[in-house]
Amino acid sequence: MTAGPIFRPGQRVRVRAWHPPGHVRTPFYLRGHRGEILQVVGPMPNPEDLAYGRTDRPPVAVYRVRFARRELWPEDGDPHEDTVVADLCEHWLEPLETRA
Amino acid sequence: MSSGHSHPHPPKQPDIEDGPYSWHMALTDAVADLLLAKGVITADELRRTLETIDAATPAQGARLVARAWCDPAFRARVLEDVNAAAAELGIDAGAIPIRAVENRPDLHNVIVCTLCSCYPRYLLGAAPDWYKSRAYRSRVVREPRAVLAEFGLLLPDEVRIEVHDSTAELRYMVLPLRPAGTEGLDEEALAALVTRDCMIGTAVPLAPPRP
Repeated sequence: MTAGPIFRPGQRVRVRAWHPPGHVRTPFYLRGHRGEILQVVGPMPNPEDLAYGRTDRPPVAVYRVRFARRELWPEDGDPHEDTVVADLCEHWLEPLETRA
Repeated sequence: MSSGHSHPHPPKQPDIEDGPYSWHMALTDAVADLLLAKGVITADELRRTLETIDAATPAQGARLVARAWCDPAFRARVLEDVNAAAAELGIDAGAIPIRAVENRPDLHNVIVCTLCSCYPRYLLGAAPDWYKSRAYRSRVVREPRAVLAEFGLLLPDEVRIEVHDSTAELRYMVLPLRPAGTEGLDEEALAALVTRDCMIGTAVPLAPPRP
């Protein structure tokens, strides 16, 4: 666990297309999709630890990440610019661009 | 009354105990019984906690919204920290952080929890049943305009809809736009315009009809 958040607002990220067993709070409909960091929420207990009573584990950085509906469901052909924002843990995100 | 009368009766409406006793109900009862038996909590503490949770109503959120409409500095504090702003009004919004997402003329916000039923219940009271339904949870992220239309809310194409999926230990509420034509209303009258659905985002406050 690194100290502090590694992503910054405005940065493009991709949600990992993982499918681990157990309790996770990353919705399936976002996995593998591209989004943008909207806000750093800060360190919070990791639900993947909390669900099993592992309260001694370090907290994880949580971000509000914005997704374009058109990117999530291009097959719908909806022309609107509507968006979805979800709260996601840092280890579920990978950078889309390498930092300068 | 004579037995053996033959006119038809409608089926009896089931009492709460007449439904199936599910695995999760049994688990809840077992954990509660253990906590009581081991003296971790008392029956009165359990009862009082449930009473406190059930005492929260959308009226608390409506007071917060009306104050935010009337006081720009308070509005800024609501957007910063809903729980702290609520405390200023004497409202205990609980320990789980609540974020307010603000509607603008070009942006309409809607709240959902696609994974379960997360809802700012310590501030707004119990969520409506439809909020917990699979239909609302799955459809509002994918086809928000169709879902809002079913609620009677038709938004212009140029208004972007942003759906907030409460997937972590944060809860959301919508800070709606103050409707036009309410300039003369005081805070209490304004609060009466703000319904539960306005703070979920499936409705918008309307000015009262002109007398």
